[in-house]
Amino acid sequence: MEIGLVELSRMQFALTAMYHFLFVPLTLGLSILVAIMETVYVMTNRPIWRQMTKFWGTLFGINFVLGVATGITMEFQFGMNWSYYSHYVGDIFGAPLAIEGLMAFFLEATFVGLFFFGWDKLSKVQHLVVAWLVAIGSNFSALWILIANGWMQNPVGAVFNPDTMRMEMTSFFDVLFNEVAQAKFVHTVSAGYVTASVFVLGVSALYLLQDRHKDLARRSIAVASAFGLAAALSVVVLGDESGYSASHTQKMKLAALEAMWETHDAPAPFTAIGFPDQEARETHYALEIPWVMGLIGTRSLTAEIPGINDLVAESEVRIRDGLIAYDALMTIRDQREATPPEVRETFEKHSENLGYSLLLKRYVDDPRDATDEQIKMAADDTVPGVAPLFWAFRFMVALGFSFIAVMAYFFWRASFRQMQFPRWSLYTAVAIIPTPWIAAELGWFVAEFGRQPWTVDGVLPTALSASHLSIADLLITLAGFIIFYTILFVIEMSLMVKYIRKGPYLDVEETDAWRERHERRLRSDAEPSNVANNPAE
Amino acid sequence: MILYELIEYDILRVIWWGLLGVLLIAFALTDGFDMGVGALLPFVAKTDVERRVAINTVGPVWEGNQVWFILGGGAIFAAWPPLYAVSFSGFYLAMFVVLAAFIVRPVAFKYRSKREDAKWRTRWDWALFAGGAVPALLFGVAVGNVLLGVPFYLTEDLMPMYPGNFAMKFVGLLRPFALLAGVVSLSMLLMHGAAWLSLKAEGAVAERARAIGTKAGLVAAASYALAGLWLAVGVDGFTLGEVAANGPSNPLYSEVTRGGSWFAAYSERPWILIAPVMGFAGIAFAVLGLRSGREVSTLLWSKLGILGIISSVGLTMFPFILPSTLDPNSSLTVWDASSSHQTLFIMLIVTAIFLPLILAYTAWVYKVLWGKVTEAQVTENSETSY
Repeated sequence: MEIGLVELSRMQFALTAMYHFLFVPLTLGLSILVAIMETVYVMTNRPIWRQMTKFWGTLFGINFVLGVATGITMEFQFGMNWSYYSHYVGDIFGAPLAIEGLMAFFLEATFVGLFFFGWDKLSKVQHLVVAWLVAIGSNFSALWILIANGWMQNPVGAVFNPDTMRMEMTSFFDVLFNEVAQAKFVHTVSAGYVTASVFVLGVSALYLLQDRHKDLARRSIAVASAFGLAAALSVVVLGDESGYSASHTQKMKLAALEAMWETHDAPAPFTAIGFPDQEARETHYALEIPWVMGLIGTRSLTAEIPGINDLVAESEVRIRDGLIAYDALMTIRDQREATPPEVRETFEKHSENLGYSLLLKRYVDDPRDATDEQIKMAADDTVPGVAPLFWAFRFMVALGFSFIAVMAYFFWRASFRQMQFPRWSLYTAVAIIPTPWIAAELGWFVAEFGRQPWTVDGVLPTALSASHLSIADLLITLAGFIIFYTILFVIEMSLMVKYIRKGPYLDVEETDAWRERHERRLRSDAEPSNVANNPAE
Repeated sequence: MILYELIEYDILRVIWWGLLGVLLIAFALTDGFDMGVGALLPFVAKTDVERRVAINTVGPVWEGNQVWFILGGGAIFAAWPPLYAVSFSGFYLAMFVVLAAFIVRPVAFKYRSKREDAKWRTRWDWALFAGGAVPALLFGVAVGNVLLGVPFYLTEDLMPMYPGNFAMKFVGLLRPFALLAGVVSLSMLLMHGAAWLSLKAEGAVAERARAIGTKAGLVAAASYALAGLWLAVGVDGFTLGEVAANGPSNPLYSEVTRGGSWFAAYSERPWILIAPVMGFAGIAFAVLGLRSGREVSTLLWSKLGILGIISSVGLTMFPFILPSTLDPNSSLTVWDASSSHQTLFIMLIVTAIFLPLILAYTAWVYKVLWGKVTEAQVTENSETSY
């Protein structure tokens, strides 16, 4: 296996996945915000809420289509660039992807057309239902994708079948209710809600600063800040849940992103700031806060969190154990049905660590030929890049907490200060529009880079997963994606700017007519005897 | 969970082979007319309003239609992982081209009418044309290659390998027989797109569509007949040796020899002749319908034709899914390239629940959108139309 090919394949996957996730969070959140606005419209009948629905819906549409288009790349790419991965775990991993299509994507894609084209063809309530179905479809979509990704982080409910040379599902239930997947799902969709809230807040703040569309902007801020506050809290709580589950499912990732080289007596301190040095395996100038890490990671004062050095030693043991499984597997592969039962027994006993022996394939064709030195090198490989993880994680967390502060502030001004926002706060809201995207990308970086050197944690090394394509294949598609995606991004941004600048379509006649009716009703409300004669509009 | 043993493994495999066909055919029947309309766009619509009419006939539905394709990919991944692994990476650059088409098409639909600028719109019209015509052609080319056999092999660890130069692998797909198959699929989807336009558009657009669709239908019938003849006399088939239909999904466990004719299937299972008959009959009545201006029935006949053509390929090849020319033993068949017994069962349950729901709400959406798209509608709703 050439290193160059794997690196290029990883680069392409990272690029296309991170690009895809520029559009997904906004889709997740904006679909719900738009549905909430339309709900208010249907309940109150006020034209302004319909105009809000349509305005944010237009921006949603411009974003949504690129999310859909770039999502196809993701589905194709497992087969195109990660064919051994697809063969090796397709029996488990393919299922949530297919269910995503059946249950979620079909729903959102079928109804999104009606959302835009159905205003005149559907009743108000029907259209509202359509809007919610789009939102529900998008969010269910995220659920199944994260079940698939959660399984890569914590591969439960599956065993290796030596006859088919792949992992096979033993419990769909375990795959479905994988604790990692559940925490990840809520964490990720909440991040999407925060993204959309910050976006709506920022664009509305821009309008207030420009002194236009104030009715729409104020109401939008009220909705976005309430929704965004709840979501921002949820992101942090579920992020903490992810950390807690990592302490028993992905110990290496946790140790790496905290730069914990040595196992510390419980409860371990939290390194707030420091400079991790992978070569020397220590963190320079570490600023430690006692106890905090132990409390977050284990929720106890006595449980230890293993450090990187101890985990590497454990990896070495597992590699050696995996080699016993690998040896038995080779016998089964050659003799098939004629394999003596005790060989199959040996395999089953050690198959849990088979994946660790495959780490050696980077160094030798047959892992059984590996020298002690190579085994040590492979064990060292199980440590991901500590410094990038350490910093990415801290930036993400800092951004996460700052969103709570921003949302809380705007929620307070909107609820208790008559929607009066000082100009500095509006400038801030505009300036922070890009930050939730940064936080989301950092989050994915922590999740995926932190899982290295594995595609499926402890089961299949990344270096083995890639397709045996030529470098030229990869260079062509990588260049193609970069050019193509850059053009699309520029076009998308230009349309977003155009439609934000243009602002909502305000139907003056409709609004005036409504105001007249409304005032008439207010007058008649003053004479209680008439109320019964005036059915709500 | 022992529940999955309720259905025998080999039966599940056949069911999933059928479901794969259902998904691909559903994709061709729905997204097929979207692609057809895209490919017809420069020929049936001359002015901007005409183009908008053509585009808006599929405007609200293409997104849902395209999911059949995505679901097809997902179902191959879930139910036939080796097929997914080998075909997607083996046809790497061709897949990239299809992918590019499927990315640019949605964007073109959505963004085309967001600016007044004529140049901007012309560029997106080209994108729609390429996004429809290129995949319509390449899908046929891919099917042609599958019938000819694909140069790949599996290592003992079941790692797919495809030796050879990358450029030659791409150009090598364009073999004469495969190109002919591409002509079949392109002309068939042009006819289908024309049938759709004749139903949903009116005036000049519908008229031009009917004229082109008639010709496309004739080309489809002729090239389909020619491809069949070629397959009978000029293409080697594959023969599967003894195999355990309930055995593990390991393609290397069975023996395959190259030789004989694919047409042997018709003497073994004469009833499958119904597929090509449906293919020809569907096209014939669709062409007649296009000429005489019938609308709903023409679309249905066109659907029948596509159903017949696509299922004839699957039924002829059964039990082969992806034969290998380099190492026939690596060929993927229904009996040795599926997911595990349990996964197939679970996925069947999920499909049994959701597929009827999908069909129901898709039908409802089409019902809501029933009726012709007119120039007046497009100009009046300029803001919300494509």
